[in-house]
Amino acid sequence: MPGALAEILYLVAAVCFIIGLKRLSSPGTAVHGNRLSAVGMLMAMVVTLVDRGIVTYSVIAAGLVVGSALGLWMARAVKMTAMPQMVALLNGFGGGASLLVGGAEFLKSELIGQNLGLDTSITIQLSLLIGAVTLTGSIVAFAKLQELLPGRPITFPGLQVLNATIFLAIVALSIYQVATPESLLWPFYAVCALALLLGVLLVIPIGGADMPVVISLLNSYSGIAAAMTGFVIRNDVLIISGALVGSSGIILSQIMCRAMNRSLTNVLFGAFGGGGGAAVTSGKSAEGLTVRQVSAEDAAVQLGYARSVIVVPGYGLAVAQAQHLVRELADQIEKRGGEVKYAIHPVAGRMPGHMNVLLAEANVPYEKLFDMDAVNGEFDRADVALVIGANDVVNPAARTDSGSPIYGMPILNADHARSVIVLKRGMGSGFAGIENELFYNPRTAMLFGDAKASLGKLVTELKALA
Amino acid sequence: MLETLIGGIVIFTLATFLGVELINRVPTTLHTPLMSGANAISGITVVGAMIVAGGGHGWISAVLGFMAVVLGMMNVVGGYAVTDRMLQMFRRKPEAR
Repeated sequence: MPGALAEILYLVAAVCFIIGLKRLSSPGTAVHGNRLSAVGMLMAMVVTLVDRGIVTYSVIAAGLVVGSALGLWMARAVKMTAMPQMVALLNGFGGGASLLVGGAEFLKSELIGQNLGLDTSITIQLSLLIGAVTLTGSIVAFAKLQELLPGRPITFPGLQVLNATIFLAIVALSIYQVATPESLLWPFYAVCALALLLGVLLVIPIGGADMPVVISLLNSYSGIAAAMTGFVIRNDVLIISGALVGSSGIILSQIMCRAMNRSLTNVLFGAFGGGGGAAVTSGKSAEGLTVRQVSAEDAAVQLGYARSVIVVPGYGLAVAQAQHLVRELADQIEKRGGEVKYAIHPVAGRMPGHMNVLLAEANVPYEKLFDMDAVNGEFDRADVALVIGANDVVNPAARTDSGSPIYGMPILNADHARSVIVLKRGMGSGFAGIENELFYNPRTAMLFGDAKASLGKLVTELKALA
Repeated sequence: MLETLIGGIVIFTLATFLGVELINRVPTTLHTPLMSGANAISGITVVGAMIVAGGGHGWISAVLGFMAVVLGMMNVVGGYAVTDRMLQMFRRKPEAR
């Protein structure tokens, strides 16, 4: 295949990625968009096999078979609640691949004593650094989400100074490597080891509640790592795809930060939340306040005669695996003539858009899912706000209490509804570890118990209601 | 030598701006599949992995290349397959009504 044709086919592959992403702008076209993107990937791989001076196919074939089988198995087996872990792992794989390709290119030049050009030398160093940080950072994020590691921030005095020192050491070693004409092994190994360590140390002080931001950011890194690999092997399709993914991750992290009213710096270096930090002890105490409990029967009556109900799902709902029961409950309410909407806070799940996926899995039509800005005005007209396993995202302290750690965070106006029913396991506090005034509001009724059990009772009671 | 680097930086910068425009149009409902789908795209590193693995540059390259192809392919296949699985769930609803 002539080189020009190969370049054009690579370009076509990149265009497939671009159109594929564009088609993700609506649920109707998204399936095709994703498949088009996959076709582009296949094309880029075939062109590479034919055109890029490949001499041994056996190693590649073995890698393709093993990788595809494992990837397909993961994609089939993963539960929708575990999607954040899955994406974290995939990010890590991408980063790992970049690290390995950068490393292999470097070792090849060292072995045959070839001088790397200045540009290749620089991009190899970047590929190693970003790839390694993405790999180990993602593994730590995965372990935290999978609860193999505690979700609370793990930190120690001087951690940030240590991180800065490691980073500067990597930069210094990289400059030394680039400035030396021949390829040196010891700075190479040192850079790899330090960058792998840095990935761990950067993510370990970040609390479980902030993982959506971290995953988005690591997604961005995995894209930038791919782009750096593109610089190393001089391949534009890698640079374009990497840049596309890099920007997507950055945008999603910004959206998540805005939804929590935090800056990216604060998320990354603030060691916030999870009940472990000292910063979360402020906020109003609940002493002297009483909560009003409600029985499932009474709550069912209330829901049965409501004209309009807004469901506020939180991660507690997903943990209890009760998404299907919520839909059943909504069906019952709708059968009785009520209207049901879902108010999704941007941080309702464990990653951007996670709650939407969980509800879609339970066959909730996506037209009924509303994001915060679209639905917040409607709480004033709602008869019942049904809060299930959500806490911080409906805490009015975010609006009123300037001493609260979540002050300024945009919240869902559940307290504006005529009445509020909260399904909750007990009176424990949320991710941010603070009291919620909403639970003590006279218009709020608490239905304690496991979300799944409570919802089951509500559905039975509603069915029994004549 | 540096011209190729500059050319690459130009492409990278323009593609970043394009990415921002594209991603901003994706509704929040689809942000999780967006992320896994974008993730699959970043598995394009598999192209570099194949060049390393099949270049015939000795066993070190072959071993590292093999590992990189496996990781890249898990990223690509896993990413696209799981995105497809999620998007199917979003598609079937309006038809069911």
